[in-house]
Amino acid sequence: MTDRALFVVRAGALTTVQDLGRPGHAHLGVPRSGALDGPAAALANRLVGNRPGAAVLETTLNGCAVRPRSTVTVAVAGAPCPVTVDGHAVAWGAPVRVPGGALLEVGAAVSGVRAYVGVCGGVAVEPVLGSRSTDLLSGLGPPPLTDGTVLPLGNPEGPHPRVDVAPQPAPPAELVLRVTPGPRDDWFTPQALRTFTARTYRVSSASNRIGLRTEGPALERARPGELPSEGMVLGAVQVPPDGRPVVFFADHPTTGGYPVIAVVRDRDLAAAAQAAPGTPVRFVEVRRR
Amino acid sequence: MRALPVGDGALLVEVASDEEAQALHAELLRRRAEGLLAVREIVPAARTVLLDGLADPARLAAELGASGIPDVPPRAGHVVDIPVRYDGPDLADVAAHWGVAEEEVARIHAGTAFRVAFCGFAPGFGYLTGLPPRYDVPRRATPRTAVPAGSVALAGAYTGVYPRSSPGGWQLIGTTDAVLWDHTRVPAALLSPGTRVRFVPLPPAGPAAADVPTIPAGRP
Repeated sequence: MTDRALFVVRAGALTTVQDLGRPGHAHLGVPRSGALDGPAAALANRLVGNRPGAAVLETTLNGCAVRPRSTVTVAVAGAPCPVTVDGHAVAWGAPVRVPGGALLEVGAAVSGVRAYVGVCGGVAVEPVLGSRSTDLLSGLGPPPLTDGTVLPLGNPEGPHPRVDVAPQPAPPAELVLRVTPGPRDDWFTPQALRTFTARTYRVSSASNRIGLRTEGPALERARPGELPSEGMVLGAVQVPPDGRPVVFFADHPTTGGYPVIAVVRDRDLAAAAQAAPGTPVRFVEVRRR
Repeated sequence: MRALPVGDGALLVEVASDEEAQALHAELLRRRAEGLLAVREIVPAARTVLLDGLADPARLAAELGASGIPDVPPRAGHVVDIPVRYDGPDLADVAAHWGVAEEEVARIHAGTAFRVAFCGFAPGFGYLTGLPPRYDVPRRATPRTAVPAGSVALAGAYTGVYPRSSPGGWQLIGTTDAVLWDHTRVPAALLSPGTRVRFVPLPPAGPAAADVPTIPAGRP
């Protein structure tokens, strides 16, 4: 085997391989998948000289630890966290050289949820439908990392930029999600529509790559019955029978039967992906562009 | 027809029937193939077609409102034959719902011309229409925790084939060896929206093949 590989020493709570995902196959029931905090994944790639489509590692809350077989440049972006190489503190949000055989530890997130580990050359697992992303809903792509997994790396594409520390937005203390109403806002009572944008929800610990679940006041429907299954978009705010809004993330099902009260602006989804359980959430209605 | 805006870059076009959804879907695919429509996803469903990744959803909504749904039937897709052993554990329940003998379920089902109305639930899972409304069946009162891959199943107006083992509440009437989804194959999905499907009955296999794990239904 080539020595361009990462040995996974500690997989962490949930670490997956992610790139830009596999859009374009929703009509076959294939979720788009891909990094939940797209700007952070893009930054991790840029810092190590990769193209935006290179695959990175996406960690969840408690990081991961890997040992490259040969010397590589890495960068950790997204949720702020301690980063060490063989126990010595190194920079977060900047390119770091990790000697072959050394241990790169990405620690628990100080704030936020998901850290992105870019490695020069990118993670080079076999793509499925043009993407290396792990899709937790449908099981496409590589399985989540486990201790002892060996991940192949691609060849470096060019010199990485000279950056000391790249500025990144802090994970939100309060998550404000701009929404445009519909397509199924008419399924809810006027009171529920007011509640949705007037009250504060909290991020539920049941959130995952499929959706940001919330806790808070239940939204009452204006009509009984079921909606025939219909196509779903990224950022759709679906309201299941318990009345608590769920914001769809990249591994969302391609069709669904619960009414969508509103849709979150794409640009707000990165912050949503970094909102830890318990974070207050407000939905703010904005005019459609 | 109603075109509902979805966020800033998508449109959900709602129509009156399954047939209209299929006709609209075929028309949208034709427009895209001819370079008249730039869109990332066209996702048909029961009464809707979702267009996602549009630069100007409002303009398309206006265009569709003006042109309406074509009344020509959608172009016939190719036909896929799926060999089936009608040996599912819910065959007797389905026969009771239909008010016919078990062998009659197989005869009616295999004699029906199906069409993939849309896909969802899992990669390669198609919702097939074709059975008359009198053969609608409810989902099982208690879903199974594991439905084997290749199970041919009914729920509501639809027939489906499980591409891989997964939990499910549909009524299982048979099994197939057809591979519904293989990501190393081109195309990966055996069925896509518009595909016509025939189920071809096979003689039942030996008793070992009917070994399906179930959790008891909450009824006698």
